[in-house]
Amino acid sequence: MTPTRLLTALAVTGTLAFGLTACGGDDETTSGGTASALKGTISIDGSSTVGPLMQAAAEQFNAENPDVEITVGQSGTGGGFEKFCKGETDISNASRPIKDEETEACKAGGVTTSQLEVANDGIAIVANPALAVKCLTVPQLSQLWKDDAVTDYKDLGVSGFTGKVSLYGPGTDSGTFDFFTDVINGEEGVSRKKYQASEDDNILVQGLQGDKTGLGYFGFSYYEQNADTLKLVEVDGGDGCVAPSKETIQDGTYKPLSRPLFIYPSAAAVKRPEVKAFLEFINEKSTEIAEAALFVPLTDEQLTASKAELEKIESGEAGSTPAA
Amino acid sequence: MPSPTTPGGSSAGAPSTGSKLVSGRSRRGEHIIQWLLAAAALVSVATTLAIVVSLLAETILFLQKVPITDFLFGTEWAPTFADPSFGVLPLVAGTLLTTFLAILVAVPLGLGAAIYLSEYATPKVRKTLKPILELLAGIPTVVFGYFALTFVTPLILQDLLGLEVQGFNALSAGLIMGFMVMPTIASLAEDAMSSVPAALREGAYGLGANRMQVSTRVVFPAALSGIVAGVVLGISRAVGETMIVLVAAGSIPNLTANPLDPVATMTAFIASIAKGDAAVGSVAYETLFAVGMLLFVSTLIMNMISIRFVRKFRQAY
Amino acid sequence: MTTSTQPVPAAKPVLRSEGEPLAPRVFRLVLQAAIALSILVLLTLLIDVLMDGGSKLSMDFLTSPASSTPAKAGIEPAILGTLWLIAVAAVVIVPLGVASAIYLEEYADPDRWYNRVIEVNIQNLAAVPSIVYGILGLAFLVRGPIELGATIMAGGLTLGLLVLPVVIIAAREAIRSVPQAIRQGALALGATKWQTTQRQVLPAAIPGIATGVILALSRAIGETAPLIVVGAAVFVTSNPSGLDSKFTALPIQIFEWISRPQEEFQLLAAAAIIVLLVILVFMNSIAIFLRNRYQQKW
Repeated sequence: MTPTRLLTALAVTGTLAFGLTACGGDDETTSGGTASALKGTISIDGSSTVGPLMQAAAEQFNAENPDVEITVGQSGTGGGFEKFCKGETDISNASRPIKDEETEACKAGGVTTSQLEVANDGIAIVANPALAVKCLTVPQLSQLWKDDAVTDYKDLGVSGFTGKVSLYGPGTDSGTFDFFTDVINGEEGVSRKKYQASEDDNILVQGLQGDKTGLGYFGFSYYEQNADTLKLVEVDGGDGCVAPSKETIQDGTYKPLSRPLFIYPSAAAVKRPEVKAFLEFINEKSTEIAEAALFVPLTDEQLTASKAELEKIESGEAGSTPAA
Repeated sequence: MPSPTTPGGSSAGAPSTGSKLVSGRSRRGEHIIQWLLAAAALVSVATTLAIVVSLLAETILFLQKVPITDFLFGTEWAPTFADPSFGVLPLVAGTLLTTFLAILVAVPLGLGAAIYLSEYATPKVRKTLKPILELLAGIPTVVFGYFALTFVTPLILQDLLGLEVQGFNALSAGLIMGFMVMPTIASLAEDAMSSVPAALREGAYGLGANRMQVSTRVVFPAALSGIVAGVVLGISRAVGETMIVLVAAGSIPNLTANPLDPVATMTAFIASIAKGDAAVGSVAYETLFAVGMLLFVSTLIMNMISIRFVRKFRQAY
Repeated sequence: MTTSTQPVPAAKPVLRSEGEPLAPRVFRLVLQAAIALSILVLLTLLIDVLMDGGSKLSMDFLTSPASSTPAKAGIEPAILGTLWLIAVAAVVIVPLGVASAIYLEEYADPDRWYNRVIEVNIQNLAAVPSIVYGILGLAFLVRGPIELGATIMAGGLTLGLLVLPVVIIAAREAIRSVPQAIRQGALALGATKWQTTQRQVLPAAIPGIATGVILALSRAIGETAPLIVVGAAVFVTSNPSGLDSKFTALPIQIFEWISRPQEEFQLLAAAAIIVLLVILVFMNSIAIFLRNRYQQKW
């Protein structure tokens, strides 16, 4: 055929193919259950610790509500709030409570919000399996992390624990960073600078896996997902060495590094039926979602408190953002 | 070349009688069409302007907060910390280290392949080899990154060679980047060598030279400007490459010359900051543009050098 | 490309009877080794990817959405995202690329400074790092004046701008290879310049242009860095539904999976790479087919 005819043929085929894929995309068979009529998009961003939990929630929610598009970003707690307070996202994930200046920024941006607990988490001190360390006290952790002074682990005075210091941890946009520096170093934001910092916990895990003298901290759930390639270091919060686990985090014996994880929905978003349904879903199936994503579920008290909070939000009462 | 005075312009070699056929009363429609076409071509100029403006605006904001000497000559890169440092040298070191390793691989392999294809290979061999090179050139860089991270680092570097490398290291990324860049150098060098007039070769053979002497002492020097253009373009590609280094060398800045260490290049930094998606107006957001500006200017200079060398060996293009 | 003939037969020179001397033989072997090494690396890469990812390929894989559990994860949103992006890019580059090429080849006077600026500009743009295009997209399309957000429209336009120089260069070659005789014949018969271009030159150049467009699009498909900067979402649960959807794309999904430390995800990445390579091979085959079938020897 002549080139012009060929071109027309290509164009027609192209348009057909394109049209088919565009239609075919909506054709998803919902595996069992009735497909609900909920439609819309929910935009979520924030903590990279909470991210996987929300991803698991989104997946399970989508099984029954396939027409709701949910996107989950992981810009870090701080980064998430910046976007949230500008109205760019519907829900902000946070691994620490919202700060005063962030509340101010939200007010300035016309966004009201409230705090919902979604799971519990501990910050795990994690090491490469080749590193000879079993337990560290809070003062030792502080000495290691508050500034760049320590360059060899033997400076910490733990017998047998030597090696060139090579540390991994979250960057400054991370709620985990804020919480850790506050609790271990005594003041939020105070930290050594010579360490491998990344908002992406996966990078930290990969770094630790390959570094024989590597030591780092990140959310316990990330440790759980990689337990076979990393080593957990116990923390002595004053009452002896405790390893983080579901129990020790829930009852608070793993201290001081236990904390709840939050989501902050905006009041405007909650008015939308799909967001409302999603939040209720998270609350209802809280334990299942947490376990699917390898998080520590809420205690029963936390669950009841959370449910009450959700009802308050839905009935339109102004957000009860607690003190930072 | 004589060009007609009408706005119809002239393609190369238009006969000088052309102007008679399109006399002063060219149709209005023709004019409009020409302007439309010119507008389309101007889109590319607009793109360049947009790139420069977008980079410049934020870079200026950045330089108002951070002195340029701190930026260009500082040795610590920690822009997001409470007490930040903005020295870009660790990123530049990362780029230079990986680029150097890449060139170490790409230049010998690329030139070797080019000489072989141009001087030694029979037409049948050329027909098989050139598509293979094109295939190598067409593989997405993220795939190269995957290969570097999951095969080269564990199996070649750690197991086979027994090197003390971490999961992320500059060596693996640099070597694989070399294979990625090699087709660029090979293709441009081969073009240059093929353009050397047959007379030069035949003269040399006639004087009793063997193929190696002809290749290295006659063809190669004659094609040198094109070859240099290819190498410079290859360097530029290595400097601008993101995915291979992001995946295999890491994204954590490290001022080092040791290829066994993890490094972050300028490109890897831009990608990882953008992934974290810093908010507009923050200094972190501005660093993205400042580093981007540095990257753009470096590759621009290299590209201009390469284009000048290409002009030297190609007549009109 | 020139038509230099190989000056002597490929056999060793007749004047020496004792066989190839050492230095030239070593030289030749070194050259062959260079080529062999490159082929070896290419093959190793392909085999490695096939071995890693082969087990994960299945219909389920192709039709499921992404998931945080490796066993259930699929690439349907990524494939559709890629197709949507390419469609947007194609809509941009075909008219702009062809029009620019026609202007530069048929209408522009190469002695004028502004036309030379355009030419040099295009050559420069072709060599700008792809991540800089991402920055351009972020600053102008996602945020900035146009503020499309991190949507398919923004991603597709960014990719389009990235490969536009490739299309222009290829289209120019195609148009340039149409002999002057065709143009002169048409003009002699009284056609206007545009008529000549539209009805004689363009149709003759279409196969070359189509090949160029397909090659440009296949380059766009493999690009990851600009999409990262433009903001392809980390986790998308559903397929794109319009130009204003957030999106993910095959190379992005591959990158995301590579970044996860668990080995299962690495295997998924390999499987997605296989899909990507298959798409690329398919597109390149079409391009080569077009080139061979319709290439006219004037």
